[in-house]
Amino acid sequence: MRLALLALLARGPAHGYELKQDLEQLLGAAYPQPNVGQIYVTLGRLEKTGLIEGEDVEQSSRPNKKVYHLTDAGREALRAWYEETADEPRVRDEFFMKLALAPQTGLADQIALINRQRRQYLNTMRQLSKLAAAEDRDNRISHLLIEGAMLHLQADLDWLERCQEELEELQ
Amino acid sequence: MSESTAEVLRAEGLVKTHHGEGAPARAVRGVDLRVTRGEFVAITGPSGAGKSTLLHLLGGLQRPDAGSIWLDGECTDGYGEARWAVERRRRIGIVFQFFNLVSDLSVADNVELPALLAGVPPRKARAGREELLAELGLQGKERSMPGELSGGEQQRVALARALVNHPPLLLADEPAGSLDSRGTREVMRLLSRFHRRGQTILLVTHDARLASAADRVISFFDGRIADDAELDGGAPTRRAGTSGVLELRD
Repeated sequence: MRLALLALLARGPAHGYELKQDLEQLLGAAYPQPNVGQIYVTLGRLEKTGLIEGEDVEQSSRPNKKVYHLTDAGREALRAWYEETADEPRVRDEFFMKLALAPQTGLADQIALINRQRRQYLNTMRQLSKLAAAEDRDNRISHLLIEGAMLHLQADLDWLERCQEELEELQ
Repeated sequence: MSESTAEVLRAEGLVKTHHGEGAPARAVRGVDLRVTRGEFVAITGPSGAGKSTLLHLLGGLQRPDAGSIWLDGECTDGYGEARWAVERRRRIGIVFQFFNLVSDLSVADNVELPALLAGVPPRKARAGREELLAELGLQGKERSMPGELSGGEQQRVALARALVNHPPLLLADEPAGSLDSRGTREVMRLLSRFHRRGQTILLVTHDARLASAADRVISFFDGRIADDAELDGGAPTRRAGTSGVLELRD
């Protein structure tokens, strides 16, 4: 959230509610939207660390609104963010531990674990398909987000399949 | 509606072993399956698990070594090749990975042919073809030859051909297996649309994205059903699920 807000402010000054709307428009209905409270809290923190500055703007018959702009330090932080590459996605470690340790506990069957996990992934996959179907066709960014999530899930499902093939041979 | 009419397809104790070179391959090793009217069932599993063989048995394209199949409550044990060919025009529509269109017939003729073979009057066959091609976004392609179309378009023609006689059951064998990501989404959208209108579908695929269009997913391993799950697709109860996989963090 922090860096996303900085990135939105790189274009020019904006107030909290505008930033929320910009984010919603960009990412579409698929993305679980942050509430406006979260945005204000994050903006407050960014201001405290000197990455943005806020200016009160008077409004007739309404409370003042605070318009934020990026500071030089903020622009530098954003530049550094763009220079880094992102971390790789990780194997679902908790499930992997459950699976690896299941035989010695005598409490769970590995194949049954895999089947249950697969059901959950398939259900999520189905929800994602529905989201994709409901999303505005022209919102490419939103569709790419959903497709990315689906491809990750597909990889997890393929991996479950591999686990099942290997472990069924042992049984 | 009685239970037997609601059951479009039933299989019991299906076994099929392929005898090629080398050791016999036990492709299907004892499968029981029921598909009721209006269901959309996907069978997934690794390649070589026997899922395509299972679909071929269910469509009468291969004969099981043991076990029986019922179509609309009717036992098919006594069916010969000719009878199965008739049923594949009347009661079962099939789409394949490689479309299997007749390459020297036009799009229109490919779609009308099964209707004409089933004894539908030409005028009615033509009307059915026109309606389906329009539905599938293929207006203006009637006179094209299959080779002139993209893979996605050919698969849509194959879908029209499979559905022209309004079969109670549609079998689809890796229908997106030779399509790109866009073609895959298109096939998924169309299958979902026909399903919403009541079409019963049995889909075989290794692609979980395609399978997630179904409301029931059967996991097939080593010739057997390993799991048979209804997908509810409802809202996730925990933070995991959709919102978890979509959340972006910094």
